[in-house]
Amino acid sequence: MSVDLEKILRPVESPMAPYEPKYMMLASGEPVVVRQVFRDEIPDLLKHVEPLIHVERDYYDVVAARVYAELIGYYTHRFQDQYVLALQVDGELAAIVNGRQVTPKLGLSLHTLALRRGLRIGAHGFAAKMEYHIDALGHDEVLIVAESPIGFRRWMIEYKLEKRFDIPHELGGVPSWALTRELFDRARASLVVGRRPVPPELLEKAMEKILPPSDPPTPPLDPLAATRALYDPTATALVAQRWEMEKGAQDA
Amino acid sequence: MRDVYVAGIGITTFTRLEYPLSEIAAYASMMALKDAGVTEVDQLYVANMGAPRVNHQTALASAVADTLSLLPAGAAAIENGPASGAAAIKAGFQAVASGLDDVVLVAGVERMREVNNLEATDFIATLTHPLTEYIYGVTLPAHAAMFTRLYMEKYGVTERHLAMVGVKNQNAALNNEWAHLQQEISMEGILDSPEAMTNNPYVAEPLRFFDACPVSDGGAAIILVSKEKAEELGRPMIKLSGIGQATDTHAVFEREEPTDLLAVRKAAEDAFAMAGLTPDDVDVAELHDAFTILEIVESEEVGFFPKGEGHLALEKGETALGGKIPINVGGGLKGRGHPVGATGVAQAWEIVTQLRGDGGKRQVEGARIGLTLNFGGFGNNVVCLTFVRED
Repeated sequence: MSVDLEKILRPVESPMAPYEPKYMMLASGEPVVVRQVFRDEIPDLLKHVEPLIHVERDYYDVVAARVYAELIGYYTHRFQDQYVLALQVDGELAAIVNGRQVTPKLGLSLHTLALRRGLRIGAHGFAAKMEYHIDALGHDEVLIVAESPIGFRRWMIEYKLEKRFDIPHELGGVPSWALTRELFDRARASLVVGRRPVPPELLEKAMEKILPPSDPPTPPLDPLAATRALYDPTATALVAQRWEMEKGAQDA
Repeated sequence: MRDVYVAGIGITTFTRLEYPLSEIAAYASMMALKDAGVTEVDQLYVANMGAPRVNHQTALASAVADTLSLLPAGAAAIENGPASGAAAIKAGFQAVASGLDDVVLVAGVERMREVNNLEATDFIATLTHPLTEYIYGVTLPAHAAMFTRLYMEKYGVTERHLAMVGVKNQNAALNNEWAHLQQEISMEGILDSPEAMTNNPYVAEPLRFFDACPVSDGGAAIILVSKEKAEELGRPMIKLSGIGQATDTHAVFEREEPTDLLAVRKAAEDAFAMAGLTPDDVDVAELHDAFTILEIVESEEVGFFPKGEGHLALEKGETALGGKIPINVGGGLKGRGHPVGATGVAQAWEIVTQLRGDGGKRQVEGARIGLTLNFGGFGNNVVCLTFVRED
């Protein structure tokens, strides 16, 4: 008797409403498109997430490593009811947010990974996925954790999340926080923005190809290296640092 | 009194710097010493506001002198709130002008990001009146917001004018490699789009997020020398030609007219009188735009524009690069950042850069006379400096 193990290993997917794309204006004046990304585009995302695993600052390494694993899990049908949203500026990937449905009434936020810093890109992405959980999927609440102080400030403090410390979150088993429908409704006016429908030319540009971020987070440069180079006539400090960075990139 | 010249300048990137405070000051100082071509100084003054409270360090000047191997030079720290930097330059000027010293290093340094935003805001708020302001929870953003509201009602300044200053200065910082903020912003994104209120929320109405300078770490340094020494060193002859310093009531509510910044007015008048200049002579200025409203008001109080008309000049582009009097072309505090003790020295660094013609994309063509205004407290201790290129 033969057994099709794949049928056992692959989780049965629950029906989940699609995310309707939207766009918003950043402080820079650039429009950013938020849209759902499905399996066929996951390899494109992986290429842009992988370099961030080696960025040892602001928790990029741990977040990128986990997102990378989650995306592969989604791509290979090893993750239950995950969804992925991408934020794109002129086609360039600016952020990835993902989460999953635990039950028809309970959502779980996985990650918010900003590939472009500043301008509230991560905050806009987080708001979009909460909107997806509450409005599109009809969840009553979403379980959330933060891996960085920036995340804690953006989610726990700005949304005034409730404690669900008796529930270990799937990310590392740490105590959960929760965004309820009521909390989300309170935040709508100040934190949740976006316009629909997305103008066709903007959406087409986003759908055409996920372009790499032109200014992604990089390993920390010694911020005083440039100053040091100006009094060190041979600029050895700066050169040595660049060698270290190049070596690190090659090793990676 | 001897003439005093700036022979060397140095600066660090303004950002988050996880280095010892004395090391940050030393980096900027090394750059200034090399720029001037000197290895020894008679005296150094180190401007700083928060080391004892924020960084748990006292006697900072001694530490910097030793870090730089400048022993046995005299060393002293200057704490004068956010006007520490220019106050230290004044002390350096006095030392050289009096004949006591020939070469003086003035460094400004601050490391505010060692603490979180709440602690940093509280630390700055300690400059307010302890009994009539601080104990009631007044912060500098709150002070600035009340001041802005009054100014709006009295002179017709709007949130659009404030945003114009923010966009001008933050985008100017894109031409300054040392500046903290390297992110372009637009009027549409921070004021006019449906998302603007989320992108740019009120922090203390009517002031919004992009109306305030960032919290920064950083250092800056200049070398002051006598005329004879300056000629010997052969660097461009940039004379520190005028100094004015004035104080106003500690508590803002005690001022007869709260929208008048009398200390700014007096400091500028004294600096111009000492230098034999008028506001019309100035080619480029660095004003203390810790909040966007301050650039508008200071541009009036120093005499560039009539009282209540600074925002109108802003509308016409007169304060932008290429305008009648370019202000904060290196980003100002808004774009470059505001490590409080370093700011007054960084302003001098920018003006000397301009007068040397080294401003690159932000260079004011033909600039020969520059002005800095370093604003302490909420206008209760102000230092104004003028610089002239002589050669």
